[in-house]
Formats: sequence, structure tokens, C-alpha cells
Amino acid sequence: MATPNVPLWEVFIRSRNGLAHKHVGSLHAADSTLALQAARDIYTRRGEGLSIWVVPSNAITASDPSEKGMMFEPAESKIYRHPTFYDVPDEVGHM
Amino acid sequence: MYTQALNSSDGDDRRVEDVARASQFQARIDADERIEPNDWMPAAYRKTLTRQISQHAHSEIVGMLPEGNWITRAPSLRRKAALLAKVQDECGHGLYLYAAAETLGTSREELVDGMLSGKAKYSSIFNYPTLTWADIGTIGWLVDGAAIMNQIPLCRCSYGPYARAMIRVCKEESFHQRQGFEIMVTLCRGTAEQKAMAQNALDRWWWPVLMMFGPPDQVSQHSDTSTKWKIKRFSNDELRQKFIDATVPQAEFLGLTIPDPGMKQNENGSWVHSPIDWDEFKQVLAGNGPCNRDRLAARRKAHEEGAWVREAAMAYAEKRKSRQLAQAAE
Repeated sequence: MATPNVPLWEVFIRSRNGLAHKHVGSLHAADSTLALQAARDIYTRRGEGLSIWVVPSNAITASDPSEKGMMFEPAESKIYRHPTFYDVPDEVGHM
Repeated sequence: MYTQALNSSDGDDRRVEDVARASQFQARIDADERIEPNDWMPAAYRKTLTRQISQHAHSEIVGMLPEGNWITRAPSLRRKAALLAKVQDECGHGLYLYAAAETLGTSREELVDGMLSGKAKYSSIFNYPTLTWADIGTIGWLVDGAAIMNQIPLCRCSYGPYARAMIRVCKEESFHQRQGFEIMVTLCRGTAEQKAMAQNALDRWWWPVLMMFGPPDQVSQHSDTSTKWKIKRFSNDELRQKFIDATVPQAEFLGLTIPDPGMKQNENGSWVHSPIDWDEFKQVLAGNGPCNRDRLAARRKAHEEGAWVREAAMAYAEKRKSRQLAQAAE
């Protein structure tokens, strides 16, 4: 009964013009044409999208969550990247 | 980005039940953090979720059969279009759930084969027949109503992909319940014969629907660890009670009688049901319900008859890929 492994695709949908494509889920399809059609049927049955991207899952390189400490440390230690780091005299008002 | 391929890097230490990691994991759960596919998790958590999510997916897929039975015989074009959309939604729900289950490292093919071979279970409710059009109303009203009770807490389940799938499912499930109730209202406002048909459907579905919530809390096998892991937020009996209390006034509105003459309201206003026939539940789960064989046979037939389509699609994709490679080489 075993069937051949059908490739996995990640689906991204732009819900409105002006918004970015957002990951909504994944699906299996033999090729990109079928993946787009399946994405329409599975993820946009109620007008959820204006545009769909499908990306082969194995084309995605992901960071390793167990190394997130090291990975994101450079951002953690640079508080001077945030506007609140800087003192602006009250008299100046909103800046 | 929940692909099995990405999980291979830490594949080996996944089996090791490291005590320190397990307590770290529990601390994350206790802090209401969501667990994501590539995070470390105890093997038992992975196994429990794989079983639960895939059973849930199988239920959605097998659940298309009892309702699909009435698509060609729906009483109007409006009803037919709605039922068709509902059955298509059930398929969609099955697919979201399979995708969530796959993030735990079991392939779609293995999951589906588990169901087709009869090894994996699906909800007992779909082993009952849909004898009349009123059954379609009753399924939407009660079966989907019970499913919503069960699924809303799952939207906050500790496993991210499952919780996200449930949010989508719950949004769509509300249409299912309302279309079912509308069918019931129409029948109950119709002729005496139509109302009798509605009552008959309620009589047949009531007890199997109560069984959907699973065994009573004293004997439920999986509840303790599932609660600790925040997969389950309410017990079977709590959800069953919520469902009954929500449903009784709806039945009253319809002018239908719940087929439990012993049911009484307690001092808190909750309706206490008579004992449930758990032998029937066990029999249905063991494969001896009214439609178990039919359901599996229908799924196997569909799977086998679709095999050539899957193979052809793959062969075409391969052919195009090799043609592109050859062109690029020129």
C-alpha cells in the first residue's frame, strides 16, 4: 500500500496588497503547478489570499533552535540600537 | 518551515531521555511556552502527539464519508452547495492536521498507511450510518458541536503546529455547526413527518455523540500526562458536560426530546446524563461498529484508485525536471 514520497512544499500567502507573504502551512505535491493549485484549495477557501508562493521545503535553510542563544546574542547585547538608549531633554518634546 | 529534512541534525539525541532536558522541557510547558518542531522534546511527548494529531486527521478524512453519502441527494441546490463545501472543509482539516503531525517526524505516507491498514484509529462517531437527510443536520449540529467543544481548548495546546492548525479548523467548524442547526430548524418547522425524522436522527446520534468525548475520567488512559504537557486542558467528562449543557436548550428550541428520560438538572443547573453504554463504544473502537468495514473499504478503494494519478504526477514532474537539466547542460 506504500506510495512514493511526494515532495513537501511550504505555502506563503499575501492576504492583502501592502502586506508581506506569510507562512501558512505546508502540503505535498508532485510539482510546483500542482502545489499552487493544492495551496489554493487548502489554504484559500474563504478569500484568504491575493497571491500565493510555494517553496520546496528542502530549499529552506533554517537556524537551529538549540543554538538560538549564540545565534541571537549579538542583538541582545547592543542596547544602543534602540531609540530609548538615548537621552533627549524633555523640552525638546517628541522626537 | 516544518520539514522532516531539517530535523535530521539532532536526530540522534532525540531518543535519549535526558533528565535535565526533560525538566527544562516541562519548565517551558509550565511557563506556557509553545513547543516548535525542531525543539527538543521527550520521546513520549512526540509519540503521544503523533498519535493524537494523526488520529484527528484520519477522523476528518473518514468523516467525509457519512456526509458525502448525501451530497447527490441533498434536497435543494443551496443545501447541496453547502454540504459540498462542508465536506471539502473536512478534507482541508485533515490536510492541515496531517501536515502538523508530519512535523513530528513521521511521513504522510506512513500516517495514511497506518489508517488504511486499520492500525491507527479514528473517531468512533464516523462508524455510524447516515440513514436520512436529518442525519446531515444532526451531524452538523451535534457532531461538529462536540468537535468544537473539544477543539477550542486545543487552540492553546503546547505544540505550536497543532495549535495553529486547530485555530484554522475552529474558524471553519462554526459554519458546519450552523448549517447543521439550520437544517434541523427547517425540519422541525416542517411537516409532522419531517419533525419525526429529525427526532429519529437525534435518537440515534445522541449517545454516540456523548461517547465522542472519550471514556470517563476515572478510566481514561492518556489524560494525566496529556494534562501535564498541556496537550489537554479539560478532562473528557468536563467537556462532555459543557456540551450537554450547551445542547439541551438548543434541543428545547427545536422542540426535540433528548433520548435520555433519566437526565436531570442538578443544583448548579447542569444536566446529569444517565450511564453511557461504554461496551458499545469499545465494540465500535474494536472495529465492530455498524460501518467500520465500509469506511475502511471506501478509504482503501479511493487510495488504490488514486494511485495511478499520484504516480503519473510524479513521473511527469521527474520528466520535466530531467528535461530542464538536459536543456541547462546544452
